Amino acid sequence: MELALAVALITAKVVIVTAILLILPIPLTWLERKIAGHIQQRLGPMRVGWHGVLQPVADGLKLLTKEDNIPVEADRRLFKLAPIISLVPPFVVFVAIPFGDSFSLLGAEITLYISDMNVGLLFIFAVAGLEVYGVIFGGWASNSKYALLGSLRCCAQLISYEIPMGFSVIGVVMLAQSMSLLDIVNAQADVWYVVYQPLGFFVFFVAGLAEAQRIPFDLAEAEGELGAGFHTEYSGMRFSFFMISEYVVMVTISVLCVILFFGGWNGFLIPLPPLIWFILKVGFFIYLFMWFRFTFPRYRYDQLMAIGWKVLLPLSLANILLTGLFIV
Amino acid sequence: MTENLLDYLPIILMTGLVAFLAMLILFVSSLVRPANPYPAKNQPYECGVDPFGQASVGKFKVHYFVIAILFIVFDIETMFLFPWAVVLKDIGLFGYIEMFIFIFLLLVGYIYAWAKGALDWEF
Repeated sequence: MELALAVALITAKVVIVTAILLILPIPLTWLERKIAGHIQQRLGPMRVGWHGVLQPVADGLKLLTKEDNIPVEADRRLFKLAPIISLVPPFVVFVAIPFGDSFSLLGAEITLYISDMNVGLLFIFAVAGLEVYGVIFGGWASNSKYALLGSLRCCAQLISYEIPMGFSVIGVVMLAQSMSLLDIVNAQADVWYVVYQPLGFFVFFVAGLAEAQRIPFDLAEAEGELGAGFHTEYSGMRFSFFMISEYVVMVTISVLCVILFFGGWNGFLIPLPPLIWFILKVGFFIYLFMWFRFTFPRYRYDQLMAIGWKVLLPLSLANILLTGLFIV
Repeated sequence: MTENLLDYLPIILMTGLVAFLAMLILFVSSLVRPANPYPAKNQPYECGVDPFGQASVGKFKVHYFVIAILFIVFDIETMFLFPWAVVLKDIGLFGYIEMFIFIFLLLVGYIYAWAKGALDWEF
């Protein structure tokens, strides 16, 4: 009985988190276009609904009714599989991410996380790494040169920045002595880790920008030189799956920044409910991502590789050794 | 035991649910979208000219391969660093020096790769 209840609760949580994540790209695309508009002294979308709030819904409907083109010489099976492979891992990452501590409902204690794994951080990196497969399959199966070049660039970029990203969180694990995200947040009740780990946070954030393929590191879809990168040949819903996964990755990076370095749902000065604090902080980071997009120019590919391998990697290694010395 | 398994159950649930939803959306889309393929439309995009050769034979710059090999070396290092970081406070200075030697050995390889130009991207 108890087991059945636990399984039902987990299932309910999985459904709720999936639904939220699937809907989240709708407000986020609207927000991004509005921010873009106002940064560039334009209005942004205005026609559909109040200040264009229904624009993403209209776009979604349009994508749903778009023809699904598959190039003649494409590997059809891989071509159809790639968007789904690219969509699933960013969602699965959220299994290990806590949104708050717990609250009681009808006398029962309900936790605000799906699962508190003792290897949480490692699990997140392992699953997030799987996204590379969607990119390489999609690019290669299209049998188009733009797609192939885009997917190769994107893969090299993703794996290059995964290393500094992995190294930069080692300092946090050392301080918290745990890989469970819940323990990491609880350990930051007094001081946020960004105070002890400014270098770690810097490396993590820059690598996060690259992992989410956002400007200034959106080389994979440099529209001026590569068509649209690895999803050049995709259209309709399959194309939108790549877009949804990109937005979910952006949310994941923002959430990880908050949990690992900015105290998660721990408040600061103003007493607000923990969940509100959490959402505010995550919202700030999402805004930062969008702000960057319309502020910075894109790097060249050789610069991108040099930043990853020659700057961030030594910096993150130095951070590990310094933090270790400090702890010992 | 069941406690532990319950921690990992949602992974399967989430994978299944998202994959199912993706299929469902594609199915709904297949009911409403037009299908009007013709040879010119289904050509891979190459700026409007006829495609030249096959992209999927996989001719690419060998440099990507070097990056992939370097990635594997450092990714394994990350795997070793994670458990070490969790217990560092307990094992103390001895553990720190041991890991310092391990990182130093990898650093020699890193410097070699840098000196050989494996990290320089040439067009």
